[in-house]
Amino acid sequence: MLEGIHSPAQSTYWIVSGRLLFAIIPLLGMACFAFILLKRIAPLLRGAPDFRLTQMWARLTRVLKFWLVQWKQPRYLFAGLLHIVLFAGFLVLSFRSISLVMIGISDHFVVPGLSGGIGDFYNVVKDYAATLVFLSVVIAAIRRGVFRPARYAVPSEYGKDHTAEAIFVLALIAILLVSESLFEASAAAFQTQQGLVAALPPLSLAWAFKYALLSTPLEWLQNLHLGAYLAHEVTFFAFLCFLPMGKHFHVVTSLFNVYFAKLDRGTIKPVRWGVSDEHLDQVKSFGVKTFEDFTWKHMLDFYSCADCGRCSDNCPANAVGRPLSPRFITIKARDYAFQHYPMFGKTGNGTPLIGSIYSEDEIWSCTTCGACEEECPLLIEYIDKIVDLRRGMVDDGNVPKSIQKALKALESRGNPYGKMEKKKADWTKDKEFQPTCDVKILDGKNTADTLYFVDSITAYDDRIQAIGRATARILDQVGENFGILGAAEKDSGHEVRRFGEETLFMALRDHNVEAIKASGVQRIVTADPHAYNALKHDYKDMPPVEHISQVLAREIKTGNLKLNPVENANDVYTYHDPCYLGRHNQVYDDPRDVIDAIPGLKRVEMGRCRDRSFCCGGGGLMLFYEPKEDQRMGVKRVQMAAEAGANVIVTACPFCMVNIEDAIKVTGLEGKMTAIDLTELVDRQVSREPANGVKIVKPVAGSATA
Amino acid sequence: MARIFAYIAHKGGVADDSAAELAAAAKKIDAGASPVAVVTGWGPDLDAVCEGLRSSYSEIWKVANQAIAYPNAELVRQALVNVIPRDSIVLVPHSHFGIDLAPGLSIKTNSAFVSDVLAIDGTDGTSLKVVRQEFGGQVSAHVRCDISSGAIISIRPGAFKPVESSPLAGVMVDKSAEVGALTAARRYLETIVAEAGDVDITKQNVLVSVGRGIQEQDNIAIAQELADALGGAVSCSRPVVDAKWLPKSRQVGSSGQTVKPKVYLACGMSGSFQHLAGIKGNPFIVAINKNPKAPIFQVADVGVVADILEFLPELTEKVREVKGISV
Amino acid sequence: MEILVCVRRVPDTSENEIQLSSAGNDIERDDLVYSVNEPDNYAVEEAIQIAANAGGNVTVVTVGSEEDEEVLRREMAMGANQGVLLSDDAFAGSDGKGIATILKALVQKGHYDLVLTGTQAEDGGAQVGGMLAALLDYPFASLVNAITVLDGGKLKISREIEGGNREMSEIDLPCVLSIQTGINEPRYVGMRGIRQVASVEIPTFGTSDLGVDPASVGTAGAKVKRTDYFMPVLGKGAEILQGSQEEIIDQLIELMKAKGGLN
Repeated sequence: MLEGIHSPAQSTYWIVSGRLLFAIIPLLGMACFAFILLKRIAPLLRGAPDFRLTQMWARLTRVLKFWLVQWKQPRYLFAGLLHIVLFAGFLVLSFRSISLVMIGISDHFVVPGLSGGIGDFYNVVKDYAATLVFLSVVIAAIRRGVFRPARYAVPSEYGKDHTAEAIFVLALIAILLVSESLFEASAAAFQTQQGLVAALPPLSLAWAFKYALLSTPLEWLQNLHLGAYLAHEVTFFAFLCFLPMGKHFHVVTSLFNVYFAKLDRGTIKPVRWGVSDEHLDQVKSFGVKTFEDFTWKHMLDFYSCADCGRCSDNCPANAVGRPLSPRFITIKARDYAFQHYPMFGKTGNGTPLIGSIYSEDEIWSCTTCGACEEECPLLIEYIDKIVDLRRGMVDDGNVPKSIQKALKALESRGNPYGKMEKKKADWTKDKEFQPTCDVKILDGKNTADTLYFVDSITAYDDRIQAIGRATARILDQVGENFGILGAAEKDSGHEVRRFGEETLFMALRDHNVEAIKASGVQRIVTADPHAYNALKHDYKDMPPVEHISQVLAREIKTGNLKLNPVENANDVYTYHDPCYLGRHNQVYDDPRDVIDAIPGLKRVEMGRCRDRSFCCGGGGLMLFYEPKEDQRMGVKRVQMAAEAGANVIVTACPFCMVNIEDAIKVTGLEGKMTAIDLTELVDRQVSREPANGVKIVKPVAGSATA
Repeated sequence: MARIFAYIAHKGGVADDSAAELAAAAKKIDAGASPVAVVTGWGPDLDAVCEGLRSSYSEIWKVANQAIAYPNAELVRQALVNVIPRDSIVLVPHSHFGIDLAPGLSIKTNSAFVSDVLAIDGTDGTSLKVVRQEFGGQVSAHVRCDISSGAIISIRPGAFKPVESSPLAGVMVDKSAEVGALTAARRYLETIVAEAGDVDITKQNVLVSVGRGIQEQDNIAIAQELADALGGAVSCSRPVVDAKWLPKSRQVGSSGQTVKPKVYLACGMSGSFQHLAGIKGNPFIVAINKNPKAPIFQVADVGVVADILEFLPELTEKVREVKGISV
Repeated sequence: MEILVCVRRVPDTSENEIQLSSAGNDIERDDLVYSVNEPDNYAVEEAIQIAANAGGNVTVVTVGSEEDEEVLRREMAMGANQGVLLSDDAFAGSDGKGIATILKALVQKGHYDLVLTGTQAEDGGAQVGGMLAALLDYPFASLVNAITVLDGGKLKISREIEGGNREMSEIDLPCVLSIQTGINEPRYVGMRGIRQVASVEIPTFGTSDLGVDPASVGTAGAKVKRTDYFMPVLGKGAEILQGSQEEIIDQLIELMKAKGGLN
């Protein structure tokens, strides 16, 4: 007599009825999972506040872009595609997973909405999905086990290799896929042997298994069917409970991590969310000293790391041998959380992180370039954490000596060099420069529409003053009515904040905000991307800010600024994207448009350009830090330029200029490679003939010509 | 006019250079003075020093006591208080020893104290007029010191050029018996000699500083030889450290060390802003560079337009000649 | 251990350009920024570390006026337990001995095991510590760059002598030490820390509180007085030495010798 294959729900496993067994396993599994999740959530409840509930639509859009569409994955093409297949497959198979669990209790369960024709369609799609995922898993395992891409390597100081964990999880996934396919294939083979139609999608895994099982005795197929189901059920819940134990926690947390990810680029989180500047005195301890000082979102970040290594692979500090690897900032913190908030046993807390899992140099090494955050597919934040850790060290007085010197000078003189305030405008008094350009000082007697915010290095460094003069001349050339604050301008404080000295930063900021407001300017222009970023994001209620490259691009487009052809047609130029103009503020095209507007100029792109630009070494206080490193970041960058075939590096940041010019000397390329600032380049090439024969002068607001 | 005494520092049986400088300084206080050399110590070394001083001092007081075989300033002070008459002027070199000895000595002898004197403009009644520097050498000051009840004056090493004069026939007086009991709540244990690598450029008086003009790591030896001859150390600017030719501890600059030497030789350096920021105290800066337009010439006191690879070895040879160093 | 550290508020040499005033007899003081004398800061850090390790209390003291309180607060923000201001019109114009006399009165008012000063201040005097010790009849050591607390009321100290060598000694407590820069790495003190001690009480003592005879301090008691400041003659840019290489070398050696460059 023909009999259909017995389903798990109808069968008996040893002495237990299938229905009961497969009600108990999910219940136990879910209870276990819930227990584990509660333990994992525990430290987040102790964490500092973090306000992430606003701007729902913006957040949802990002979930669509980064979580669903996996926008960042293809940045590493092969691994990215593999992961997209895996992730898409998982999403597709999630419905099957639910129905599989329910089938163990009720044979006829169908996921609501997946009945009838749609259900059939889904069954086909899911089998192909499972096949593709299986292939990806195999490829991934070979890649991790045999080819071992460098970015997964674990340097000895960070512990044992993680390959075993990766392969283990891939194996679990493979078991899930194979068991599900066998479950299906065994039933199909059973039916086929009885003369019934049991078609499976051609070339799918299940289809292949079915053909392999066509001559298997029915009894074996029955046992295989039941066994495969049990295997799948147990593996499924084991895997579910294993997820929060390691890097695959990201499977659970990624949606939330992306949803709650930081929206405001370019600025640093407040010392404590919910405490305004005026009330900061009441905060007993600044910054992160123990694990519980992190915000709940930062803790969630630690859980969400997929250990992919893309951050460290792009980290310039890591590339030059500084003791910083962003990946391990996260993994070490995650492991700390796992260790101190275990499944069973007491929670330990309160250990100072600096000196235990982190070293001081590790935290001071970061230039805040943002390459790590740009890469991370899970939108994990690093800069805020580094700054919080620095705030903690500053609070404890634990600051490297050379930085202390600069901070002290900033406190007493408003600039890190200790130069006198009254000399801040001396750069305008250069003997050759002064007759060509009279720079107004907005001291109450003079007013202007536009403020040229010069900032410390351009004002005081002998070499960089040339950038200030070039900028002033160009602003004059395009008819800009501008002035500078002179002695009233203090350092923007951009790096002061990022080095963790929040109180000093606020003092500098408040002073500058007052001076800017008192000057009555309507907009601000600067040639310093760090100042640009500070004025745009760290300062509040400021007039609109632009970087000089944006001004120049506009003036060139309108024809107001004409550029002469290059003298030496053999020079090959390349543009180095400064971190705080490019990556942090996404101004990539304006500087390029400016350079390309110079007739006859040959420009090439370095491999690492735009949002993958390689940091020159850092600016502001970073110039005072003495890192332990194998070589300077600037040296690597100059080598990249040489490899791209360039002999002139154009940059748009005074700190990049300092680092790159230094590096050119160190690499012995003096005479063969030069660096020029965008403003200096334009100043050199600008046609001083008035455009169309008429010199355009921008009207002063409120004047008769306005 | 009070008697002038000069405390003579010595090592290994030889008087320190300051002995001749103190004699010159004494003449500036009182042109007709015959300063007395006071020498403390013990044994044959002390005898040798006293003998050697006979040509430059008319009177030498030998103060021998085993407790001050090593010059422990606490004990030497007690000895001097007992031996030197009240209301005297006592000259001491402004060295690590003089700093240790002199202020307390002035209190115990109830006399005035002026330290680190660069020049002496003579006396005016009971006032001694001297020149000192303040603010790390950025300004000079005229100072008056009431010497009516004596004074301890510490003299900046190298500030007073020894006076050439015909040799004297110094008389030795043994004052050892007047020393009295010496008790110390501070006891000398040992001297730990610095390791060769432990050069602290921030404490050096003379620096031979190299920049990229040194061209190769091997050429640094040229600078080292000059530094050895001058009794100083080699320092450098950042590019040299970046190139790993010298360790970071040798870097002078805003992200390196801050140095306050008396003499700074900037060899083959352009004189970048960040580098110069590490030089404090207004030292005598000598710039040697083959580019006459190098910015360093704006900040240096004297300049030599020359190739350092040629100039430095010649300079080293001459310095050795002058100092009587044989290689 | 009760530790007293004597500190001083001075114009910061690295953040000021010292220039003569237009009258020519003093330096231009209008644009100066002041901070704690650097060696004094090292001394306070050392005191805080000793107190943390061996147990104790650190008091910082300065002789001056109200405007000098800010350095006391800064050192308290760093970790000193209390600050004391010694202020009186009669103190003005004190020479080194005068300052030492004033400090001696405070030391005798309390019970201090260890008194620290910085090696020298902006006037390069390097004298107050040694004078204070002699007035108190305490043992003294200058240019101290390492301190180890021993049992039995003694310290092992290292003094900085020529060539980077270190002179090791044992010294009995109570004693006075003048501290050289580089003995430790002073912790950072920011604006936040200073704000937190802004309202702590700083007692002020004058001549009568200390029992000091006004005639022994201030201008009245000073035997050493500065009459004016002046600038040593500077050239404009480097004087480029002329002549044959040999002649140049000779000139250079003479110049270096005069400046103390031929040790």
